[in-house]
Amino acid sequence: MTPTLPVFLIVSSALFCLGLFAALSRRHAIFILIGIELMLSAANLNFVVFWRFHPTPVEPTGVMVAIFSIAIAAAEAAVGLALVIAVYRHYRTTNVDKLNQLKG
Amino acid sequence: MSSVAFVFIAILTLAAALAAVTLRRLIHAALMLALSFLGLAAFYFFVGAEFVGLVQIFVYVGAVAILIVFTILLTRRETETTKPLHWFAGGAIALLVFVALAWAISQSPALAVSASPRPSISVKQIGETLMTGYVWPLLCLGLLLTAALIGALVLVMEEKR
Repeated sequence: MTPTLPVFLIVSSALFCLGLFAALSRRHAIFILIGIELMLSAANLNFVVFWRFHPTPVEPTGVMVAIFSIAIAAAEAAVGLALVIAVYRHYRTTNVDKLNQLKG
Repeated sequence: MSSVAFVFIAILTLAAALAAVTLRRLIHAALMLALSFLGLAAFYFFVGAEFVGLVQIFVYVGAVAILIVFTILLTRRETETTKPLHWFAGGAIALLVFVALAWAISQSPALAVSASPRPSISVKQIGETLMTGYVWPLLCLGLLLTAALIGALVLVMEEKR
């Protein structure tokens, strides 16, 4: 027997909450980015799983959304990590608690 | 058989994700994140979306995880100032969100659908759909990726003093 839809959704919400935990409680900028990537991946998993459990999954709509979402996540990771490097050059730290002023 | 594979993949993915968010050393966390992305790709293969699984491996494991490793190597190692209060508050909020989501999922009658026969979707079909119905989103995505690349380069360019 194959797993049912709620089981998949429970797994993806667990993944989302792990990402949320990292984004909320870690103080290192790269850890926060890791958490955001995990949350995005959980959303992708939801898209594909909902497509799989559609009554007639002939049109590849969920697959399309997942592919576009992966591409956008790649762009987001590139810009986010470039921001981390730029901030590190300026402040010599990546701890978000120490970045407490807009004008450096 | 397939439910055994599902449990194995789910445990692998969630354990790797948990390690990625709790480990102290950043480089270990990045490698665990790559492992978790591999588990997600296995999920995509499992539900019959092979192309998405391959894209996941190429983009996430091949590009994003390596990009994170490079950023870690370019910045100095420093001790984190996460206090126990931070761990507790973040964990409590994440746990609350998970309980709420799990409750909503278990209560929803609309989710009690049985799986249709495993769909077979070829790369040819995906390519044709991309080039016909989704051609404008594809072009916008190309523009977005170009802008993001140029923006990332501008951000990390050395300032002339």
